[in-house]
Amino acid sequence: MTDNATVVASEKQTAEEQHRTKGVTMVVFSGDLDKLLAAFIIANGAAAMDVPVTMFFTFWGLNVLRRDGPVQIAGEKSFVEKMFGRMMPRGPNKMMLSKMNIGGLGTMFMKREMKKKNVYSLQELVKQAQEQGIKFIACTMTMDLMGIKKEELIPDIDFAGVATFVDVAKSGHSTLFIS
Amino acid sequence: MAKVDLTKIKVTKVVDERAHACPGPLIETKKAVASIPIGCVLEVWASDPTAAKEIPLWAKDVGHECLGVAAADGYNRIFVVRKK
Repeated sequence: MTDNATVVASEKQTAEEQHRTKGVTMVVFSGDLDKLLAAFIIANGAAAMDVPVTMFFTFWGLNVLRRDGPVQIAGEKSFVEKMFGRMMPRGPNKMMLSKMNIGGLGTMFMKREMKKKNVYSLQELVKQAQEQGIKFIACTMTMDLMGIKKEELIPDIDFAGVATFVDVAKSGHSTLFIS
Repeated sequence: MAKVDLTKIKVTKVVDERAHACPGPLIETKKAVASIPIGCVLEVWASDPTAAKEIPLWAKDVGHECLGVAAADGYNRIFVVRKK
């Protein structure tokens, strides 16, 4: 019984180690549509090439993981937290370009061109990423800072801090910071 | 890439990825290859010209085999053998 448990544990560890020695880790700091598109295209491409990918979402990047509409949450939010929640984009569909946004007009045209030229939308890329088994980690410090609750984020994600990020990143072969 | 007569290959499955730009063909090829038995051939249709270079590269990288690329009307037909 004990032996079996040990074997299972060591097998699990090896798989985890393998994951680490050849993985790509990404810090998604930006909440800009263009930068997020680039990040998710690289992530999906790497996953398609059997490279394990971990994406760590922090600061403005965390907003990608937010659900579309307002969510009923337990407990109260402070005034500032409410303002953060209201002013920051909810999910991939609400992101704007970092350049040539022109009050949303540029983003509208970019999305139209993307559709015309068959480029995946950011929502589709996020969905593909999850389907491909890319690991999403939400930065709990950012969540706490901006008053974002777990219920406000999409399902099947992990919650962690910088130690987890460093732990995953240090034995992968590359880390990208998307700012 | 092995020299083979692409017209004589027995294809198990065809994936039409003419409606997707990068990285669509790559992702869908990966999924489709996993759905056919080992040793069988997948044919991918891609209108993104880059896919004709990238899918063979992908196959080499992950351990499958690309038999070749045949140009069709406005798109490429890419043949991949599932090796594992």
